[in-house]
This record gives sequence, structure tokens and C-alpha cells, in this order.
Amino acid sequence: MLTNYPALGIFFLITIAFPVTAMGLAWLFRPKPKAAPDDEKFTTYECGVNTQGKTWIRFKVNYFLYALVFLAFDVEIVFLYPWAVKFGVLGPFAFIEMIIFIAILLIGLWYAWKEGALEWY
Amino acid sequence: MEHLFTNLAAAFTGWMITLGLSPVWADIILLLVKWIIIITIITLNIIVLIWLERKVSAFFQERLGPNRLGPFGIFQTIADAIKLLTKEDIVPSAADKLIFKTAPMFFIVVAVMLYTVIPLGQGMEVINLNIGLLFFISIGSLSTIALLMAGWGSDNKWSLMGAVRSVAQMISYEIPLAFSLLGVVMISGSLNLQDIVAAQDNLWFIILQPIAFITYFIAATAELNRGPFDMPEAEQELTGGAYTEYTGMRWALFFLAEYTNLVAVSALMATVFLGGWQGPWLPSWLWIIIKTYGVILVFFWVKWTFPRIRMDQLMSFSWKVLVPVSLGNILLTGAGIYFCKWMGWC
Repeated sequence: MLTNYPALGIFFLITIAFPVTAMGLAWLFRPKPKAAPDDEKFTTYECGVNTQGKTWIRFKVNYFLYALVFLAFDVEIVFLYPWAVKFGVLGPFAFIEMIIFIAILLIGLWYAWKEGALEWY
Repeated sequence: MEHLFTNLAAAFTGWMITLGLSPVWADIILLLVKWIIIITIITLNIIVLIWLERKVSAFFQERLGPNRLGPFGIFQTIADAIKLLTKEDIVPSAADKLIFKTAPMFFIVVAVMLYTVIPLGQGMEVINLNIGLLFFISIGSLSTIALLMAGWGSDNKWSLMGAVRSVAQMISYEIPLAFSLLGVVMISGSLNLQDIVAAQDNLWFIILQPIAFITYFIAATAELNRGPFDMPEAEQELTGGAYTEYTGMRWALFFLAEYTNLVAVSALMATVFLGGWQGPWLPSWLWIIIKTYGVILVFFWVKWTFPRIRMDQLMSFSWKVLVPVSLGNILLTGAGIYFCKWMGWC
């Protein structure tokens, strides 16, 4: 018998064949005109004008702040799932413990909120 | 009719073993057959769904929608697919070639992987994973990386802006998404999706967990980048978001993956909140299709009714409303379970 995780790996490997086949099929049908690499159509689209300046620049700091808050809560999710599965078995003490744990994180969210990390400038 | 597909699968495996194959190889070939069925379901669904969405949006806006090819324009999507297949493949010279080319493939592979754990009927799933729900959430969040790859690899300002927006949006809405499913896990006591369906034998979880259902629905709409949360690909201001530079089949793969994700998330909602494949009279595999399409129609309804919301409102809605509400729902569920035990109802 095939167990779950090897089956998942095999499924993943054969799934890669799906987009590859689609691209191969498109390669068979699509026109392949010979164009110089500096042809107009290979330029970056920017509403018809030539591109100005670099694309890969520094970005708004707000995105980074959101990512930091996300990281804290993502770790919390990892802790919460095993607890939730065994919730019926663990008893009231585990529930109170988890309330304290969530409260600590809520203080963190409140702090981020107060400091304006969740505002969009 | 109920056990049609499970019996067929068992008969197929038995026939493979009588041909002299070892059970492991028979299972691998069965997995391959299941993969072909999943791909067929996905492809057929896309053809129907794109047509359906255009018809539904036309109905909302009092237009006719596609009506030329075939009865009610049903062959319009096939014509579109053929057109996309014969389009030239343009890779901008400024783009990061490897990342640009792998992004759509990565997106579609991730989207197809979601179907491995969804129960499509009684005893009908590709792999009966004991952590199915966690697997679904973790694999579903990987599509963020595909969008970031597309935006970063294109070297286009519209693409990068769309990608960064979608990453910020998707990571923000992932938190309420995962939290809202916790209530269901607490009641059913399992992450296996078949067990969750079995736990809804008497009562659907939408009745026990109405807050979780609403927060999950809103967060899922944002995760799918669908309206009213479609800031990342807001056509009127970002031309196409992360997909701006994509042409032909690559663009089609992105579109395919988006609809594949939509069907997967709708199927999960039907499984977790609407009783999955359970239902009277009809066979189980028909019930899950009916429920999934019901959820999809609600997604269409929401998209074509509400106006797009602003980026700052979008982010603050997740962190200031959905996260506290979904956390409160966990505490409420825990207290409810203890109250229920104390009263002796369960």
C-alpha cells in the first residue's frame, strides 16, 4: 500500500507535467516570428512611453511593518492548531493557558496599533 | 449510485493486482488515474465558470453577455482558450527570465495541489491526509509567492506594485482565515477533512460557527484577490497588476490558477461549513458539486455587487476588525464547549 506522504510527493511531481504540457501545446500552435532582441515589443510596458528609472527600488515601509505583525501571528497559528485539535481532551487548564497566550499577543497587537504600525500613510 | 466511484476504484485496483502488479504499483497507477480525473474536473470547471461569471455579471449589469457561439454562448470560453493557445509568447527583455517563466507554472501547481485533500464524496478523496485542513491552508498561502515572483520577475512598475499589494493583502487576510477555521477544529477535534464532514452529521457548522463562516468568507475573498478586494489587479489603475507583462498561454495559466483556487476554496467552505458531501436523496459526489457551485455563485454575487475598497481601508479592516473578531470567536467557541459540557448537552 502507498502511504499518504509518498503519494503526495508523487502527486506533486506529476502535477508539474500539467503546466509543462500546456506550455508545450502552446509552443506547437503559436507563431514564432524572428524578431531582433531590441525590438519594440520586448520593451517594458509603461503606458506607451519609455520606462523612467529603475523598477527594483526601495518600497514603502508600511509593507514591512505589516509583515512583522504577520510573522508574530503566524507563529501563533502554529501553536494554536495542535491545541485546537486536542481541545476536548486537554481540560479547562489548557483553555485558561491559551487565553493568557492570546491575551499576550493581543497586547502586542494593541501596541502595534497604538504606535501606528497599522496605519497607512 | 452512491458508491459508484469508490467501487470502480476498488475494482480497478483489484484488476491491476490480478494482472500481476504489486499493490504499491497498483496504488501509483490509481493515483495517476485520480490525477487525470482531477485535471479534467479543473479544466471543465474553468470552461463553465468563466462563461458563468460573464453571464452572471451581464445579468447584474443588464447586458446580454456572451451569446454568439453555441446555445447561450456556452462555447465562448473554448474559443477564447484556442485564441490564447495561438498567441505569440512575449518575454520582455528587461525581465528576469527564469522567475518570469516559472511564476505561472508555480501558481497552477500550487492550485492543483489543493485538490488532493478535498473530500469529493463518501470515501472519495485523492489522499486521506490526517492533517488535511492544515495542509490546505499552508499550500493555499503559497500562491503569495507565485504572485510576488510574477511581479518581481516582470521588471515592470505596474507588476511590482500589484505584487507587493497582493502580498500585503494576502498575508494580512491569512491570519483571520486560519483563526476562523480553528473554531471548527475545536468542535470536531480533528484536522482530517473526512472527520470534519462526519462531525457535521446532525448539524452543519455554519449554524454552530456563524461568525467563523462570515470571517472565513471575507478572508477567502481577499485571499483569492477577488472583488471587492481586487486592489492587486485593479484594472483601472494598475492595468493588470502582476499579470501586466504576461501574454498568451502564460497569462492563461494565471487565469486558470485563479479559478482553480476559487473552486478549491469554495469546495473547502462547503466541506467545512455546509456539511460537505452529506445530504438526502442524491449521491454524495453530486451534493458536494451542488454546494460548491452555490458558494461560487455567492462569490460572484459579492464581486459584482460591491465597489472596490481602498488600500488603507482594506488593510485596516483585516487587522482592526477581522483579527480581533476571529480571536474572540475562538474564545467564544471554547467557552461554548465548556458550557455545553456543564449543561450536559454534549
